[in-house]
Amino acid sequence: MKIVGTDRQGNTREVEGRDGWSVMEILRDAGFDIAAECGGACACATCHVYVTDGWYEKLPAPSEAEIDMLDMALAVEPGSSRLSCQVICSDATDGIKVTVAPE
Amino acid sequence: MNAPIATPRPAENGPIETDVIIIGAGPIGLFAVFELGLLDLKCHLIDILDRPGGQCTELYPEKPIYDIPGLPIVTGQELVNRLLEQIKPFNPQFHFSEMATALERQADGKWKLKTDAGTEIVAPVVIVAAGAGSFQPKRPPVPGIEHHENAGDGVGVHYAVRKMESFKGKNILIAGGGDSALDWTINLAPIAKSLTLVHHRDGFRAAAHSVNQMRELEAAGKVKFHVASVKAIHGEPGALKGVTLAGADKTEWHHETDAFLPFFGLTIKLGPIAEFGINLHENLIPVDTARFESQTPGIFAIGDINTYPGKLKLILSGFHEAALASQAAFAIARPNEKLRFQYTTSSSNLQKKLGVS
Repeated sequence: MKIVGTDRQGNTREVEGRDGWSVMEILRDAGFDIAAECGGACACATCHVYVTDGWYEKLPAPSEAEIDMLDMALAVEPGSSRLSCQVICSDATDGIKVTVAPE
Repeated sequence: MNAPIATPRPAENGPIETDVIIIGAGPIGLFAVFELGLLDLKCHLIDILDRPGGQCTELYPEKPIYDIPGLPIVTGQELVNRLLEQIKPFNPQFHFSEMATALERQADGKWKLKTDAGTEIVAPVVIVAAGAGSFQPKRPPVPGIEHHENAGDGVGVHYAVRKMESFKGKNILIAGGGDSALDWTINLAPIAKSLTLVHHRDGFRAAAHSVNQMRELEAAGKVKFHVASVKAIHGEPGALKGVTLAGADKTEWHHETDAFLPFFGLTIKLGPIAEFGINLHENLIPVDTARFESQTPGIFAIGDINTYPGKLKLILSGFHEAALASQAAFAIARPNEKLRFQYTTSSSNLQKKLGVS
């Protein structure tokens, strides 16, 4: 399963996701500049990404906790902003397009 | 639970002398006090936050931690409270809301550390337990925003309100949806000339009673609320005139304001540690695993800030690192004394220090 990730400089590359891992973990381990300060606890909003190209709608809706935490993210775009620690890789996310949000 | 706060001593009274300066009062810095205390080494701790605990209390005070040996479940705040209780016998001195800004070696070989509050501390050993760095306010990615910071009381961009009265009679724009955004909306509305709150959604993570108060102020015409975000900032550097706001439908409009207060919480930046002359590798301090000393003798690094082969960023690893760094620190701070390794279980000497016998 692929993740098509774009960094803050606008460079796009494809990385291999892992079933059950979060998109944050995959991007961070692949060297994307993603702080994820709280380590994936939905507690800091520093793994903010934009999910684009129709993929936002295909994902399970964000939890109340994630919606609340997004209040502490910068440059939130309703309809595409997600915390990548809360987006879990699966066959259904194969090819998902995400862009790391500005910090 | 609040730890005692030492009064910062201004530099003109001479620097504070101690055995060990610990940069960072997170769980690892706190536990280092214990390990150093058993060896009779006294500590001063500096932290940019206004309370102990670091990430534990700033990021996840209520979240349970399950991998602390012997504590099957403990929240971030509980762990910090227990550490404070554990180190109390050693009477550590805390310097909260201060940032360590400069570190230099004196002629006598000791280190002198300065903070942004003017505190100066001299010690033979420095332990950096700074986690991922210092917590600083999140700055919205609006081009040129930095030119409007430090523009003066009540005008320009502010990430905190220090003097409420400086905003009296001003046009104020607040951005954010958390407790700080809502609390300051409620507190500043009565004294402001106008107060506008913008947030990316018509919903808030802030406490429900704050949201209700804000809605009442909005209904009474004391607060204007828009689902919008700040896209651009206008005015010469230091002379904020207004901002461009964009609504949910992407419509943009100009909004005049004297002050812009973004409240998006804190993020971690390495900060001045990068300028201390300590060798860094990708913002981490490489250390040896016998002493947890940096490549600069006398400066140690423990917890998330260090790196070595096999490093795991776990609180329990940091505790181990604190114990070993303390042993090495003793040799530097007490060069003429022999370290007597003892167990708290059996040593009446240690038990006396802990105040239990």
